[in-house]
Amino acid sequence: MGNKENYVIEMLNITKEFPGIKANDNVTLQLKKGEIHALLGENGAGKSTLMSVLFGLYQPEEGTIKKDGKVIKINSPNDANALNIGMVHQHFKLVECFTVLDNIILGVEPNKLGFLQKDEARKKVMKLSEKYKLKIDPDALISDISVGMQQRVEILKMLYRDNDILIFDEPTAVLTPQEIDELMNIMRDFTKEGKSIIFITHKLNEIMAVADRCTVLRKGKGIGTVEIKNTTKEELSKMMVGRNVKFTVDKKDIIPGKVIFKVNNLTVPSKVHKNNAVKNVSFEVRKGEIVCIAGIDGNGQTELVSALTGLQKVSGGTIEFLGHDITKAKIRNRSKLGMSHIPEDRHKHGLILDYTLEENLILQRYWEPEFEKAGFIKKKEVRRYAEKLIKEYDIRSGEGPVSIVRGMSGGNQQKAIVAREIDKDPELLVAVQPTRGLDVGAIEYIHEQLVEQRDKGKAVLLISLELDEVMNLSDRILVIYEGEIVGELNPKKTTLSELGLYMAGANRNKSKEADKNENK
Amino acid sequence: MKINKKAIFSISASLVSILVGLILGLILLFVFDSSRALVGFEALIGTGISTAEKFAKVLYQAAPLILTGLSVAFAFKTGLFNIGASGQYTIGAFCALFAATVLGTPWYISLLLAMIGGALWGILPGLFKAHFNVNEVITCIMLNWTGLFLVNLLIRNIPQMIQNYWAGSITNRTVKLALVEKFYGVQTTIPKAGLDTLFGGSSYMNISIFIAIAVSIIVYVVLNKTTFGYEIKACGYNKNASTYAGINAKKNIVLSMVIAGGIAGLAGGIYFLSGTAEYVIEKSLLAMGFNGIPVALLAASNPIGVIFSSLFISYIQVGGEALQRYQFSSEIINIIISAIIYLSAFSFLIRLFIEKIFSKKHREEEIKIEKEQKGGAK
Repeated sequence: MGNKENYVIEMLNITKEFPGIKANDNVTLQLKKGEIHALLGENGAGKSTLMSVLFGLYQPEEGTIKKDGKVIKINSPNDANALNIGMVHQHFKLVECFTVLDNIILGVEPNKLGFLQKDEARKKVMKLSEKYKLKIDPDALISDISVGMQQRVEILKMLYRDNDILIFDEPTAVLTPQEIDELMNIMRDFTKEGKSIIFITHKLNEIMAVADRCTVLRKGKGIGTVEIKNTTKEELSKMMVGRNVKFTVDKKDIIPGKVIFKVNNLTVPSKVHKNNAVKNVSFEVRKGEIVCIAGIDGNGQTELVSALTGLQKVSGGTIEFLGHDITKAKIRNRSKLGMSHIPEDRHKHGLILDYTLEENLILQRYWEPEFEKAGFIKKKEVRRYAEKLIKEYDIRSGEGPVSIVRGMSGGNQQKAIVAREIDKDPELLVAVQPTRGLDVGAIEYIHEQLVEQRDKGKAVLLISLELDEVMNLSDRILVIYEGEIVGELNPKKTTLSELGLYMAGANRNKSKEADKNENK
Repeated sequence: MKINKKAIFSISASLVSILVGLILGLILLFVFDSSRALVGFEALIGTGISTAEKFAKVLYQAAPLILTGLSVAFAFKTGLFNIGASGQYTIGAFCALFAATVLGTPWYISLLLAMIGGALWGILPGLFKAHFNVNEVITCIMLNWTGLFLVNLLIRNIPQMIQNYWAGSITNRTVKLALVEKFYGVQTTIPKAGLDTLFGGSSYMNISIFIAIAVSIIVYVVLNKTTFGYEIKACGYNKNASTYAGINAKKNIVLSMVIAGGIAGLAGGIYFLSGTAEYVIEKSLLAMGFNGIPVALLAASNPIGVIFSSLFISYIQVGGEALQRYQFSSEIINIIISAIIYLSAFSFLIRLFIEKIFSKKHREEEIKIEKEQKGGAK
């Protein structure tokens, strides 16, 4: 630590405790000017906590924070803002019913005598938007725009406030591959201008691609800081998890059994526009296979899954499951027949955040005789079951079964959902981005679980945006584009670039012609 | 251990905020009339337990208040704001009085009818909310007035319910139930079970407070121990996730409004079947239903907490009535009572404050212990 002036931000020996857990234990992180500094760690390793300390959301019990060599105290996000520290949170902090522009200026509204001066703000925002190629529609409502655009709004919020220390908390978890590339370019542009970036992630590829240095946390402790030039993916993952991690899944060759799930000419209306979001889709899933629906986000996957699981009504076609027509079946009945669903949005659908972990773990089964007697919930059974799942699936939380789920880390929330849905022992598991926001260790585990389901002769329908996951796990790939299945690929015979072309819609007509020929 | 600590925090916070509220009440008394402030304050906080009779009155008013509070609290748990407790209470009162005076039914049948009446008044906002997504607050407020004027209209047109049909010449009040009781030879009022003699012959005292407490306990059990309560709370916290889990959110919204309405209706029943209360035909909504809202908020929608918050509010009200003896006008008394209740709702804030102080101390102690241990190791 020869020349101190290099560091714009230093967090020295930070300790932060929560009831039952030391989220940060003597952690040190030093950020150089103009670098992209990755912060790597498993789910619940304390990355978000550390950044919340820097952003003034939490006060550390011990440790000091320095900016440009001077000790500072950050008591609130306003203090952080005054020090030019900005943060894009993992779960965006946007007002849904406000426009993009209103969200950006929220809190620093330009005004004259209390009257808003939006034109000025609009000019500044549009200038920033052009300069950094952050495309937005300033008058759209947040609730109407895609997650990718919401993130651009968050980034613009920081830029609008002239922040030069930018914290990105798992920014890529919600993005499509293309959007991730764009984001990386934008981040590089920022550093060229002397802005410094802390980049929280557990995707090693991204770190290797964009970061200069990387600090690794494990279970709240700082493991070390390494130069990316001098390290490898394997080394980083070992530092993070504490053991060697496999990046590919071992899969036995098995011959799929009979068809248990059949979708015929399914058409689903869109909630956003007047057209159908899913058009005339047909496919089958057999016992003992993982069928993956690949596609770029927003091509009808959400509506398709909603229709299959009963969250949304269909406007045409049928769904057959284990010989029953379930097109109009209630969600509970689908569940009873043996359908499990790992939902896309864990906060909206997957969890009741104000319930405890144990209450969430029985969400799909509380009415079963195992947990209910004469209308009463068997608390002891619930506790026993929750403890079992927590142990088997390594769900970490402050207070075990009675932790409020809202306070758990995103990855552990996801693990809780996966545990609940897989432990139901379903005949068909509909898994929508099951590893979103998870670290490599947890991804490895969940992938193993999905393969195990398949090997047990169960069917898995996987909806994923991650190309690696698609290629690695699936037995068959169905590509969805603008609500239509535009191709069926064999992961063993296809390549990433071919898959990418299908996903981008380039081979759409070709496959249609092929269909026509077949029909003839 | 942990739950105990939490409970201690919230109870002490409530006590502190009540104390702060009372101090504000004292200051207001000084502002309005400093010469009588101290005696007035003594009356305000002392009357409730000054005599057995006064205490009986506290209990008598607390009983319906517990129930309307429960009604609001129960709906809160499902994420609904039952501002219609007043209307449900009024309909409940009418059903009970109609049963007692016209049908001559015993008190328990009348109470049952009161519940059914309230439940009917609750099902409407529930149905509109569940099936047409009409905000329940709008429907409830509308039904409050509809309920009030419907009841006024009905009572005016049913001669047996009005006093002058039985005796005297008063035409805007319902009959004293004692007269009806003699006529039908049935116990139309809620039994006193000897409690009146226990409380110095107070005509206010009957078993209604026990009915209210029993209902609180039932509601507590339903909310916390049953699958129905699990579903209801799940819908309240996150409707989407409940739907995802196959819970019929619409059914639960309707059911919870039915139950909330039933409880508010029961409140109307037990208050007007006490034998001392008479329904007066007036053009203003009955306050008992609205007072359920602060009761539920003070108790943070906890059914057991509702018992205590109603007792508190009822106690302050009885104290406030005594203030009239010292020439404080009833408006000023209402201001003072509201100020106390208002500040009492700050308990959440104060609780955070207490927790902060406590955790800091706790932390310092831990560091001390750690250091000592380290020192010992060396």
